[in-house]
Amino acid sequence: MNSVKERLVNGIVKENPTFVLMLGMCPTLAVTTSAINGLGMGLTTMVVLALSNVFISMLRHIIPDKVRIPAFIVIIASFVTMVQLLLQGFIPFLYDALGIYIPLIVVNCIILGRAEAYAYKSPVIPSLFDGIGMGLGFSVALTCIGAVRELLGAGTLFNISVMPESFVPVSIFIMAPGAFFVLAVLTAIQNKVKIIGERKGKDMSKIQSGCGNDCLNCSDTGCAKRLIDEKPSKVRKEIEIEEIVDEEAGEEDTKND
Amino acid sequence: MIKDLLVILIASSLVNNVVLSQFLGLCPFLGVSKKTNTATGMGVAVIFVITLASAVAGAIYQFILVPFDITYLQTIVFILVIAALVQFVEMFLKKFIPSLYQSLGVYLPLITTNCAVLGVALTNVQKNYGILTGVVNGFATAVGFTISIVILAGIREKMAHNDIPESFRGMPIVLVTAGLMAIAFCGFSGLL
Repeated sequence: MNSVKERLVNGIVKENPTFVLMLGMCPTLAVTTSAINGLGMGLTTMVVLALSNVFISMLRHIIPDKVRIPAFIVIIASFVTMVQLLLQGFIPFLYDALGIYIPLIVVNCIILGRAEAYAYKSPVIPSLFDGIGMGLGFSVALTCIGAVRELLGAGTLFNISVMPESFVPVSIFIMAPGAFFVLAVLTAIQNKVKIIGERKGKDMSKIQSGCGNDCLNCSDTGCAKRLIDEKPSKVRKEIEIEEIVDEEAGEEDTKND
Repeated sequence: MIKDLLVILIASSLVNNVVLSQFLGLCPFLGVSKKTNTATGMGVAVIFVITLASAVAGAIYQFILVPFDITYLQTIVFILVIAALVQFVEMFLKKFIPSLYQSLGVYLPLITTNCAVLGVALTNVQKNYGILTGVVNGFATAVGFTISIVILAGIREKMAHNDIPESFRGMPIVLVTAGLMAIAFCGFSGLL
């Protein structure tokens, strides 16, 4: 139960895929023209992420290490196709609004990143909640960005008019350039938080600007790889710290004796 | 016929620019645009792969998926074909054209996960393009990508010497630049 809550909090707050890790930027920019589209995309991604995490976690002892990436891609692509057909059948307005970005969930690096970093080496239940947590974090982020763009660009929120009548919509915010500007402000805020945190001496290495920062080294240091490598080293560090603390405590004990 | 192709050429490269109005291939656009020569290298590699991929994906769609009535498998088939194709191109270049491999080799693995490649293959199907039209569309899209990444790299080279507010350094200022470029590219929408 504890691990379930931890995974959810981790996905929504600590490692929020959009605000903290800056992964999956293509859909983030493309579909957030309104809050409802953002929410729809976020939830669609969440369903795919949760299902593929569960499936990969179940098959983790069967998939050989060398062909794991193609195997992950096939699993993810199958779920994306299923979700796409379901959307087409039952929520056609969302299917029309999201268009080509639904099949492109396959190449969303959040999903492959979670499969590599978590689902491939964890039991089924935590993987499920890791997927749901990350998906919820993504949905929250997309809805927020969508809400800001819709509010400034059309003066509405979830298609309900909220701004006073004298408000003139800045329609550039629901067009393509607006997406870049909103994301620019978002990354600037992220930078600021990072700078303030570093001045206070906190560990801010988790906050990053995604693979967008240095694509050439993506395969060495990029999204998925960084997530995998970070985990063991961090765990190792914590263990070392604990050992040191234990040793110090032990020394103090002997001194007291 | 030729007029139609010309319209597609302009529409896909300038009016509906793949990066600046469709947000596909954003990762390499932001990540490999620090220097003009690497940006050009990436651009050429993308042109090469997307043109080839749209030809292969179009052929597979026409001759395998449609006759067997399994078009719903397009996403899975396309992503696997693209991944395999990039691997194959890499091996082929390494073996037979080493000089080209040396200039493009670094960029090829990056393109596998580039959503622009899959995006073009899917758009071709969605818009019912034939193989030839699809190839032209793919080529034009990739040219649009190259144009925008080279322009951005040029601006970033100039910008390296500017005094930028601390929290806007790095990604944010690049995104602002991309936004301004997107406004400029909106001007092309009057072309067609």
